[in-house]
Amino acid sequence: MKSWRFYVGLVVVGLGIALGVAFLSPLASSDPDGLERVAEDEEFLDEARDAPYEVIPDYLFPGVENENVATVLAGIAGVLIVAVLTLVVAFVLRRTGREAQARPTSRPGGQT
Amino acid sequence: MAAVDPSALTAIEAPAMHIPDGFVSGPVAGAGFALAGVAIAVAVRATNRSLGERAVPLMGVMAAFIFAVQMMNFPVAGGTSGHLLGGALAAILLGPWAAIIVMTSVVGLQALLFQDGGLAALGDNIFNMAIITAFVGYGVYWAFAQFAHIGPWVRLAGAFAAAWLSVQLAALATTFELVLSDTSPLSVALPAMMGVHALIGIGEGLITVAAVAFVLATRRDLLEAEVAVSEV
Repeated sequence: MKSWRFYVGLVVVGLGIALGVAFLSPLASSDPDGLERVAEDEEFLDEARDAPYEVIPDYLFPGVENENVATVLAGIAGVLIVAVLTLVVAFVLRRTGREAQARPTSRPGGQT
Repeated sequence: MAAVDPSALTAIEAPAMHIPDGFVSGPVAGAGFALAGVAIAVAVRATNRSLGERAVPLMGVMAAFIFAVQMMNFPVAGGTSGHLLGGALAAILLGPWAAIIVMTSVVGLQALLFQDGGLAALGDNIFNMAIITAFVGYGVYWAFAQFAHIGPWVRLAGAFAAAWLSVQLAALATTFELVLSDTSPLSVALPAMMGVHALIGIGEGLITVAAVAFVLATRRDLLEAEVAVSEV
């Protein structure tokens, strides 16, 4: 009971911090980054190929005129999607691991 | 020097070390998928066995936080920017195996949904930013943590060193992928990549130290517990 509340609190506070950062993302520097700068200086940037499809390219939510709003929306979408994805993956990993440990015969040499 | 097509400049506004398609050759991309696949398979087995109860919410929160902070490009010298990779931070707080899972979901989502980093180059990008950073970050921090009895600053120094070195080795791996793909000669790519990322690594170090200090100050038990758990 108590631990359940602890975990919900942890997720709420943690996601709150991440969403707070996402709201600040329009302040990010738009200068070319490390690899991009090297590619530009050493003239292989034009070898980059466009993606075969686009969902939220350049961290701008599609169909939103205001670039700052589009950036924040892209950040919120990314934060929520990656959090759900990772929570599900971690939950499944832990669950399958516990099931395997509950059946020691299915893991020969598993626990040494 | 008119070799750079201006439209290509605006086409790729991708944060730091994410390799777009076209920079790496087929064999280098394939090798990246193979290496990343092996490491992820080992990480899945290891987390299967050792994942603690509180690791599940922590992993979700860590992935969300790293995704958000990766969007915050900070300026470094000469009109260049960099951003957090986060693999060292995740490894310090969660151990290397859980960090690989967390970073793989961040980097994978960036490629699939945000077109940040190419699809063919995804294996290389996961290898550089999820696997190398997790192992280097954890190893360096762990070495410092052996001397934690000297004072609390040792952990923070370890976090900085872990973060900085993780960026250097990720940049080194990226360099060799570019060189092996005949995209750029070693004599050019190596000093350029390492020079820029020596600066970007300072930003990585400062953010990692701040985050580790925050956890040490607020929920020290999380850090201690998770490092102990992952030292199996």
